[in-house]
Amino acid sequence: MDAMLHISTLHYLVLSAALFLLGVIGVLTRRNVIIVLMSIELILNAVNLNLVALSHYWQGMSPRLGGGFGDVHGLHGQVFAIFIITDAAAEAAVGLGILIAFFRNKETVNVDEVNLLKW
Amino acid sequence: MIFLNHIYLIPLLPAFGAAVMFFFGRRLQKSSVSAICVGVVVLAFLMACGCVLQYTTWAAAHDHQPYEKIVYTWLGTDTGHTTYTTYSGSPATFRADAGFLLDPLSAIWLLFVTGVGMLIHIYSIGYMGHEGGYYRFFGYLNLFMFSMLTLVLANNYVLLFVGWEGVGLCSYLLIGFYFHRKSASDAANKAFLVNRIGDAGFILGMFFVAWICGSFRFVDVTAAARSGQFHIGDPLITAATLLLFVGACGKSAQLPLYVWLPDAMEGPTPVSALIHAATMVTAGVYMVARSNALFVLAPTSMLVVAIVGALTAIFAASIGLVQNDIKRVLAYSTVSQLGYMFLALGVGAFAAGVFHVFTHAFFKALLFLGAGSVIHAMSGEQDMRNMGALSGKIPTTFHTMFIATWAITGLPLMAGFFSKDEILWQAWKFNHYLWAIGFITALMTSFYMFRLIYLTFWSPSRVTSHEIEHHIHESPKSMTVPLVILAFFSITAGYLGVSESMGGSNRFGKFLEPVFANPVVAETTPATEEGSKGTEWLLMLLSVAAAGAGWYMASRAYANAGKGYVEPIDAAAPPVYDVLLNKYYVDEGYDYVFTGRRKVGDVRLGVMGLGEASSWFDANIVDGAVNAAGWITRLTATISKWWDTWIIDGIGVNGPAILARMLSYPARLFEWGLVQWYALVMTAGLAGLLFYYVYH
Repeated sequence: MDAMLHISTLHYLVLSAALFLLGVIGVLTRRNVIIVLMSIELILNAVNLNLVALSHYWQGMSPRLGGGFGDVHGLHGQVFAIFIITDAAAEAAVGLGILIAFFRNKETVNVDEVNLLKW
Repeated sequence: MIFLNHIYLIPLLPAFGAAVMFFFGRRLQKSSVSAICVGVVVLAFLMACGCVLQYTTWAAAHDHQPYEKIVYTWLGTDTGHTTYTTYSGSPATFRADAGFLLDPLSAIWLLFVTGVGMLIHIYSIGYMGHEGGYYRFFGYLNLFMFSMLTLVLANNYVLLFVGWEGVGLCSYLLIGFYFHRKSASDAANKAFLVNRIGDAGFILGMFFVAWICGSFRFVDVTAAARSGQFHIGDPLITAATLLLFVGACGKSAQLPLYVWLPDAMEGPTPVSALIHAATMVTAGVYMVARSNALFVLAPTSMLVVAIVGALTAIFAASIGLVQNDIKRVLAYSTVSQLGYMFLALGVGAFAAGVFHVFTHAFFKALLFLGAGSVIHAMSGEQDMRNMGALSGKIPTTFHTMFIATWAITGLPLMAGFFSKDEILWQAWKFNHYLWAIGFITALMTSFYMFRLIYLTFWSPSRVTSHEIEHHIHESPKSMTVPLVILAFFSITAGYLGVSESMGGSNRFGKFLEPVFANPVVAETTPATEEGSKGTEWLLMLLSVAAAGAGWYMASRAYANAGKGYVEPIDAAAPPVYDVLLNKYYVDEGYDYVFTGRRKVGDVRLGVMGLGEASSWFDANIVDGAVNAAGWITRLTATISKWWDTWIIDGIGVNGPAILARMLSYPARLFEWGLVQWYALVMTAGLAGLLFYYVYH
């Protein structure tokens, strides 16, 4: 029971890998840029999850074993996650802005029609 | 002084008549037109008489000064904006007033212009009574009177030029009065264009005068010329006077610009009488006489005037010998008499020239009006070959014309005798050759005038149709009364100037003395040696003999001229007759030289031909060279462009680019533009690397 109820770090990592794969497949296969952007969000959040989970995992361990560095007691990963969330918001804003400008010119949001920079 | 103070009314009265005709003439009855137009000229005449009378008393009290009335400043100002520097370097102001000058010279012109003009206006009532355009005719006549009086009364060259052009315009309008007839409108154009040549000379001369003397005003110019500041024979003054004389040649029909006057006979006969015999054509004489102070400073110009005058006199008289159109005979006679006048001016006898103008105005106007009366009686026939035996049928016309003929030929006791003998005497004193030309001209004059009288009035009738024969009638009173008045003056006008050698006092010459007396010349050249009275009487007898001989020859040749008569000159020397009848082929010559009507093949002759040749040269050679330069530039530009396009750009610039493109082709294959493929490749690569490191 204990083994069933306990959600270990491995679970997080599996979930994170699954999300990451979903995101990569979305980026590679979907033509709609909005969905591509959503997929990128998935990838970023998979990374976040990974960071948070491993940060939690490393907490309490001695730095010798790879635990918290110095005085911050292993909160680096979580701080990193906060940065990535912020970064993701900015990236989404810029990406959507480009998307709207692009739509005004080409009247499409399909990524395979974005070939202006092709030789 | 009431008349003198309002002297400007003299030209303005006919101007008013002309204005009324212009605005309302079409709606007026013929009687109103006559009343207005003739009325204003009669008023102008009375006004002129009053002015001249008052002037004589005024002049007596003012040392015979000219009377000047300046109404307003017409051109130029006193503000100093219109100043220039004269030839001698002194400052002068460009200024012309609407001013009027009355001195003996303009008084004479004023009197006979208004007097003869008035009579011709009255005559026209009868003559033009059956014609269309009655008001138009009288409007033009009044406009002419205005212009002529402006010309005569102007106190400066510029205003004189206004009148000068005005009479030219009226002459044009009236010659072309029957404008539906091509010959009339051609003649009008010819008169206008030939006059333009003279006018160009006049304008240049006028500005020369202003440059030399610093003023356009006659009194200033005369004073400057007589001040002694110029030496006799000054080339500038010679140029100025010669140019003025070119103007006089145009207006007064002298060689070589006389060609318009005979053609001007296309106009109605009163016009020929008024404009082309009595008044307008003497404007040149007036202008030269007015500039006498300048002319005496230029002996060369005087000689030119005298020679041109003498040559014109004999030239025109010889043409007049054989003309058949009654008006053309008179036209050539006019040219010839004008030549006499210039001869007189040229030999320095200004008073004699003016005297001849004065007498000529009466008898030549009378001759033209008489001719008009004859034409009127002959239902429009002008060819003397179809006339004859009219003396009994139109006695008044005949008698008056006979008096005028007597006057013009210089037979004793009539006007022309005194004036012409004075001229011949002065010419004799100047140069015997000029006298000889004048003498032969007098003989010719007598011959052609009596030829006219014989063919028209005395020889057997050669009238072509019974209808015309039946219709011959004396003209109405309005036509014959002016004839009689003019005949009276043709007899008496000469007695004003009976020369001293004939027991007269030459009152005419004395009257004009204030105008022509010249202290400079009197001082510098010794007074001409007074010819003996005996010579003068001998010359007079000779010219009377010449006139008599002319009459005698005419009577021998034409007294019995029936139908198909032979001209004596034709019988004696046919080539001479042909040349004379065709007026020395001068018009044809002008066609060859000036008007460009003659061609040889496609090549035009004369000045116009030269113009066309120049034009061709310009279009083909000069422009051709320009075009060739253009073509060469274009050709080199084309080559340069080809070099630039294919060699510089093609090989130099585009060549490496194409090479780079070709070489880079394999690299480009990787860049097919689908972002997701790039992402896939990247992912696969990452995955590959991951596997490699994990399972290595």
